[in-house]
Amino acid sequence: MKADLVIIGGGPAGLAAAIEAYENGVESILVLERDRELGGILQQCIHNGFGLHRFKEELTGPEYAERFIENMKEKNIEYKLDTMVLDVTEEKLVTAVNTADGLIQIAAKAVVLAMGCLERTRGAINIPGTRASGVFTAGTAQRYVNMEGYMVGKDVVIVGSGDIGLVMARRMKLEGANVHAVVELMPYSGGLARNIVQCLNDYDIPLLLSHTVTEVRGKERVEEIVIQKVDEAMNLIPGTEQTIQCDTLLLSVGLIPENELSKKANIVLNPLTNGPDVNESMETSVPGIFACGNVVHVHDLVDWVTEESCRAGRSAARYVKETLKSGTGSLNTVPSSGVRYVVPQYIEPENIDTNKLTLMFRTDSVYENARIVLMNNGEKIKTVKKRHMAPAEMESIVLKEKDLAKMSRGEVTVKIEVEEAVRS
Amino acid sequence: MKVHEFTCITCPIGCGLEVTEVTKPEGTTYQVDGNTCKRGEKYAIDELTNPLRMVTTTVQIEGAHLRRIPVKTLEPIPKGEIMACMTELNDVVLEAPVDCGEVIVASVCGTEVPMVTTRSIERV
Ligand SMILES: Cc1cc2nc3c(=O)[nH]c(=O)nc-3n(C[C@H](O)[C@H](O)[C@H](O)COP(=O)(O)OP(=O)(O)OC[C@H]3O[C@@H](n4cnc5c(N)ncnc54)[C@H](O)[C@@H]3O)c2cc1C
Ligand code: SF4
Repeated sequence: MKADLVIIGGGPAGLAAAIEAYENGVESILVLERDRELGGILQQCIHNGFGLHRFKEELTGPEYAERFIENMKEKNIEYKLDTMVLDVTEEKLVTAVNTADGLIQIAAKAVVLAMGCLERTRGAINIPGTRASGVFTAGTAQRYVNMEGYMVGKDVVIVGSGDIGLVMARRMKLEGANVHAVVELMPYSGGLARNIVQCLNDYDIPLLLSHTVTEVRGKERVEEIVIQKVDEAMNLIPGTEQTIQCDTLLLSVGLIPENELSKKANIVLNPLTNGPDVNESMETSVPGIFACGNVVHVHDLVDWVTEESCRAGRSAARYVKETLKSGTGSLNTVPSSGVRYVVPQYIEPENIDTNKLTLMFRTDSVYENARIVLMNNGEKIKTVKKRHMAPAEMESIVLKEKDLAKMSRGEVTVKIEVEEAVRS
Repeated sequence: MKVHEFTCITCPIGCGLEVTEVTKPEGTTYQVDGNTCKRGEKYAIDELTNPLRMVTTTVQIEGAHLRRIPVKTLEPIPKGEIMACMTELNDVVLEAPVDCGEVIVASVCGTEVPMVTTRSIERV
């Protein structure tokens, strides 16, 4: 088989890339999705809060996804469900398998990687104890409860206070479970204040900061867990052990971009994001292979996934039409003090077709009254004041044409200048 | 005089708010402290006098590839009605196909707020 553009993954990233590539003149598009329907992780995120930036209204995850699915169907963009992509090569040969066609090989002119992310599991954080059943990742539990209609347990403890953990605490409570606590290793929550208030405080669910789970007990099923306090250096404080009787432990301890396929295509991955290095066009180190969404870096707002994916789709269309200049460009971004990572990693100003480029980044801690400072080869290009920044909320700084005009070949550094750092 | 504490959730800054409630014969007044902007004051008084919440949950569906379909209240309902709303939805069973935005309960818990589906689903 042949296609101008193959998109791997039919979540919000893949859908937006497909629609945008089509609108930019590519008609031979094939979207491959391993699940039995389109929409990705959004289909299980039934709570609202999606789309405030994109649509100026508050949608639930499935509603947000449906707008893109409908749009794609109206354009008759081809897609295959229940289709697992097994391999991608540097030459853009995509190998996939499904029950209807068996093994298929597609020679593509361009590829967009939109495989999303994986949840970190118990192994990744090393909780000792028995191998009793009843330990789930929060996202898996979310899918069971919200889509498949299985309740995962009655007495629940949640590890990790990021938004997914908080949303699942409320969800389990609404479905009739006792949620005994949300346990968080850090001295502050990784979730939005809104979710602390509406998911925990509304239901009197305790948030135990600076605590961790040290043991899981139980023969067949989880019977109890042991939690313990940690000090500022994250060391366990002796004598603070407490047991909580529960039958279920939900883990919400982080997401990792899913890049098995990227590795097969010899794409350069970034150690800070765990996703591919990309340039301003969302192109990876392999010309003609683009990436967007959670496969590049973990997003907390799907609205930014959409924006980034539109850019990937538009760039893929330009690549197919041979109007894109591939490569690492003349500028490279560098995270400096207070900044964990910056996406994109490379910039070719010639490719920027919208007069501006948004750099996305995360801070390493909570900052109040700070400044985002953008430097180029030691010279200050731009400063933006920020009342509040936190690692859980993705930050951005927009490079306008006049900012780009001031820059010369070399490093673009993003750093935080502080008046006061709090809770760090 | 009573003091209530809230975290403002109107924006990500999350100011800690204190509302002092003073009851006098001529009426109750509210003094809000800790807010950095006007929106915090409105939030605190609304939370104290009439807290509202959107309810998003699922109901049973038959004849679809999934056993649950997501639903939401079209408008926020009083916070105190959330559990009653959940109980009311326990008995609702839909039959595929269903469109997104279909009204499944016209007035949930007597609030005059309808409950609607938040996705479409085909019959299998
Ligand atoms: C549990 C959870 C809760 C969230 N809650 C919120 C929220 O409240 N508000 C908000 O704005 N954002 C939220 N997000 C973030 C937002 O939903 C994600 O950022 C967004 O869905 C990412 O889109 P994506 O397309 O990159 O990934 P996904 O939605 O994960 O889609 C990736 C798709 O690729 C498919 N795929 C993967 N590998 C292959 C393969 N080899 N072959 C074929 N197909 C493949 C997968 O099946 C999946 O459908 C949440 C995320 C998670 C994980
Ligand atoms: S009071 Fe104003 S600044 Fe403070 S959290 Fe509320 S909306 Fe934000």
